[in-house]
Amino acid sequence: MAWKDLLVERRSKETLNALLFFSLALLFVFQFALGPDRERLGAVLPGLLWLGFILSGVLGLGRAFLVERENDCWEGLLLTPGDKSAIYLGKLAGSLALMLVVEALVLALFVVFFNVDLGPALPGLALVIVLGTIGVAAVGTLFAAMTAQVRARELLFPVLLLPVLVPVLLGTVKVTEALLLREPLADVAHWLKLLVAADVVYLAIGLLTFDVILEG
Amino acid sequence: MSTALGWLAAAGLAAGLGMGFGVAPREVTQGNVQRIMYLHVPAVWVAYLAFAAGLVASIVYLARRRPAADRLAHAACEVGTLFLGVNIATGAIWGKPTWGTWWTWDARLTSVAVVFVMFVAYLLLRQAIEDRERAARYAAVLGIVAALNIPLVHFSVYWWRTLHQPPSLLKPGSSTMPPVILAALLVNFAALALLGAYFIARRTRVLAAEEEALA
Repeated sequence: MAWKDLLVERRSKETLNALLFFSLALLFVFQFALGPDRERLGAVLPGLLWLGFILSGVLGLGRAFLVERENDCWEGLLLTPGDKSAIYLGKLAGSLALMLVVEALVLALFVVFFNVDLGPALPGLALVIVLGTIGVAAVGTLFAAMTAQVRARELLFPVLLLPVLVPVLLGTVKVTEALLLREPLADVAHWLKLLVAADVVYLAIGLLTFDVILEG
Repeated sequence: MSTALGWLAAAGLAAGLGMGFGVAPREVTQGNVQRIMYLHVPAVWVAYLAFAAGLVASIVYLARRRPAADRLAHAACEVGTLFLGVNIATGAIWGKPTWGTWWTWDARLTSVAVVFVMFVAYLLLRQAIEDRERAARYAAVLGIVAALNIPLVHFSVYWWRTLHQPPSLLKPGSSTMPPVILAALLVNFAALALLGAYFIARRTRVLAAEEEALA
């Protein structure tokens, strides 16, 4: 499943390109909204970074089941024999890979445009990005499947997703902040534990309830 | 059954009013404004009890697929959202004269607001799906996610806030609460819990009637 989605994405590059330019546009909007004051920009940088990740994630995940719906393959998904949680994991892995690629590129753009020195913070940053993205993608995949068959889905999907993601957003922003200030990871260990707990809870609910959503 | 519950709730509310305005003394520093606590605090307790009931009903629905469990989950989450709204509104009314502001991004306020938005989204999802059976399934999944997310929201928002400012500032001191005030609080809690149960009972019956009419 993940393989199929990634293959389709590699062939078309449709979502990846659009998401990248969306992130780039966001970067400019942030810059214009906040003005050129470097001090202030530095203070809000972790928040901006994660806002960018989550917004592009929302856009990308909202399209996760688009291919199936537009090409009338939804019934195919429903009729797939075996465990439905395999479909969930496949979709999740596909979205996760896409989001991580976009996030890595956005991070590089941030370094260039906002002149931040990541340096030694990079391994910790990679850890928190992976943890946070798993959380976003785990709930996002579940909700995307839910809203795929609902009217006003473009509207409903972020309305459902954003409030649920508040703990993930807080945790990732706090850890990123500490990393950029060169604080040791041990100081934010409780946040990392919270992120792990959130990932475990979301993944467990997704695995257990995904077959319920694919019933019809 | 639900009529009896209604009368009980009415009697409880009358007793609660009596306790809150009659028996409980005027608070020395805050004055009469403090009496809004007898509605404010029990409302949030009842809201969280209702969400817990909604969680259990959602799980039962997914396991057994009884429409009654779905109606209970729907009604419980709706009533929980209502009581949480009451809690936020009364908190703002209390906050203005006491703290000098309607709203502040304090840990408790923020986490309650996030939970409120989560359950409003739950009600929106229900509204957006026409097929009743599908609405029940999706809402049950979302209800479970939202309810299990409450502890995560609480921890994260609490850490987010308390790392910056001492929590004692905005924390009502429970240790210094005189027994009279505690008694008034508990009577009002019982009254609001009865009222919430009454609302849920009525709401499930209305939902059942709606389904019958549509079927």
